[in-house]
Amino acid sequence: MTVPRMRFTFWKAVFLVIMVAGVYCTFIRFFRGLGASTNLSDQFPWGLWIGFDVMCGVMLAAGGFTLTAAVEIFNIKRFHSIVRPTILTAFLGYLLVCAALMYDLGLPWNIWHPLIMRNPHSVMFEVAYCVMLYTTVLALEFSPIVLEHFKLHRALKIVRSVMVVFVILGVLLSTLHQSSLGTLYLIMPNKLHPFWYSPLLPVFFFLSAIAVGLAMTIFESSMSSKYFGRELELPILRDLGRVLVVVLALYGILKFEDFYHRGILGLVFKPSYEQRFFLLEIFLSVLIPLAMLLVPKIRESAQGLYLAAVLCLLGFVTNRLNVAITGVENAVGGRYTPKWTETVITAMFVALGFAIFGLAAKYLPIFPEEKAHLPALRESVEGAASDPALVVSELAVPVHAGD
Amino acid sequence: MSKGILYDATKCIGCRQCEQACATENGLPYDDKIAAQELTSAHKLTTVVTKDDKFMRRLCMHCEDPACASVCPVGALKKTALGPVTYDKSKCMGCRYCMAACPFGVPKYEWEKAIPGVRKCIMCSKRVAAGKQTACAEICPVGATIFGDREALLEEAKKRIHDNPGTYLNHIFGETEVGGTSVMLLSSVPFNNFGLKTDLTERALPLYTYQVLSRIPDFIPLFGTMLGGIYWITHRREDVAKAEAQEKANHDKGGAE
Ligand code: SF4
Ligand code: SF4
Ligand code: SF4
Repeated sequence: MTVPRMRFTFWKAVFLVIMVAGVYCTFIRFFRGLGASTNLSDQFPWGLWIGFDVMCGVMLAAGGFTLTAAVEIFNIKRFHSIVRPTILTAFLGYLLVCAALMYDLGLPWNIWHPLIMRNPHSVMFEVAYCVMLYTTVLALEFSPIVLEHFKLHRALKIVRSVMVVFVILGVLLSTLHQSSLGTLYLIMPNKLHPFWYSPLLPVFFFLSAIAVGLAMTIFESSMSSKYFGRELELPILRDLGRVLVVVLALYGILKFEDFYHRGILGLVFKPSYEQRFFLLEIFLSVLIPLAMLLVPKIRESAQGLYLAAVLCLLGFVTNRLNVAITGVENAVGGRYTPKWTETVITAMFVALGFAIFGLAAKYLPIFPEEKAHLPALRESVEGAASDPALVVSELAVPVHAGD
Repeated sequence: MSKGILYDATKCIGCRQCEQACATENGLPYDDKIAAQELTSAHKLTTVVTKDDKFMRRLCMHCEDPACASVCPVGALKKTALGPVTYDKSKCMGCRYCMAACPFGVPKYEWEKAIPGVRKCIMCSKRVAAGKQTACAEICPVGATIFGDREALLEEAKKRIHDNPGTYLNHIFGETEVGGTSVMLLSSVPFNNFGLKTDLTERALPLYTYQVLSRIPDFIPLFGTMLGGIYWITHRREDVAKAEAQEKANHDKGGAE
């Protein structure tokens, strides 16, 4: 076990470097302004921070509502043991999204303005309200974990008795704002490329949020089993894999129908700047994961599920970035690539996410009690470690380095 | 009555006095270097674009149903009854949705400032409210930019095209674009020569989002009831089990007595 320990120290160093760079970039952002800290311009008012930190952040946190809906509302009991980690990811995700938003807003100290200055015709206004309320709901859904830890049984009982209401509210709010992130773009029919501009944009955003919620849960469970020594609940992940197949299939068919009815199927085969990004997105997000998961042998194996989930996540991240950036580049006549400071800040939030998840996983009762047959199952994900996506996840490790 | 601006490119001599007047009116610097810039920005709210020997002014179009005002979550941008679309920095939170949404790419940002705001032509709203014309219209030496009631300006534009069909393109830019705009443009050469999009929809853009947003109040009780209903149905078995356990307990108790 000496080799992994050295690797842990390496990642600890990486984490520290990112944090130090992040603090420096934070300084640039708040004292020198958006012009000095970003490649944003009048052509590109929205860049990496909106495209990734906010849009992908909210999407990647969708596991929270997907799993609570499955377990609490649809009463699918076998998913029960994995609800908590997904609520944690969601809560953390939304907190990080709010923090990242403070960097992107030009006048962040006015972030509370929608509370008293209302424009109900604005999608952004609706998203702001939903995100605010949903973060509160997540805090409440998360509270039993903390209350349990501190053995506050009375409070726990009260929270539990009203939980259903919060669960329903949470699913409702999530449905609204996940889809509304797509609605944001409906006002740009002449700007966003037809690959992405569709009247069904809110539906696509909602469906993909569910797919990502499932993929994220698979990803998370695999990761936790590898790095936090948790048991890998393979049978549960297999079930999730099946649900993922159905959601991806629905998404793919709807996408095809949408393209067909809008008469742009031909564009898919015509080489263009957008076409390359679209193909990348659709292969990663839908076609490859679907093809993989339809093969029983892959669907049943831990590595297969893990790989399909990671591809799916990367694919939908590409999708959000395409909507936010690629799809408008030609309309505004320019190209956008993030400045190093923008990238560092984004990396900082990702690293923070992993680190806080690691801390919470260690100190709070997130995972169900361990069972005896742990080591055997853990071995099976070992093979997934060479995957580049998982390497990022090792950022979480510093908090464990002292173990 | 709603006011507007009519710019007739065939009369414009490219003297750029409107640029200068606009800078003065809005407290912005103006010199030869700025005059040479043909793009609007946070420090240049209007510009005269030159293409070959033709000119075209660019400024906020002051849409009848503006996308920028519709998307602003805090209502910092507003369409006033008089016509101008105004901006209130004290409300703005800097989300820049207005910039992303404007079909003409008009709102610009003060990227260099630590406390930035949005800048755009506001159709000299203070002057207009006081019954005066805009600074750019007032200074124009040849009447290429004129200010007045939008309806009257539209009639005038139609008349000019009708009387001189050889001089003008048969297109009043702003008559129907994105549902109509308070600023209208006339030209002898295609508008897209100057980077103006001519494939714009005639539908007011806010309708695209409103047709989704307006359904939300109806959606909430329906979806909420559905979720609650599913919960109620799927948890029936537990209720039954609980009731049975209760009954059994009662029964046992009864049996023991
Ligand atoms: S042109 Fe753009 S900034 Fe001007 S009113 Fe219309 S949407 Fe708003
Ligand atoms: S940047 Fe300011 S004016 Fe523009 S939409 Fe956001 S809050 Fe409104
Ligand atoms: S109307 Fe006023 S603010 Fe707009 S371009 Fe003319 S002078 Fe400038």
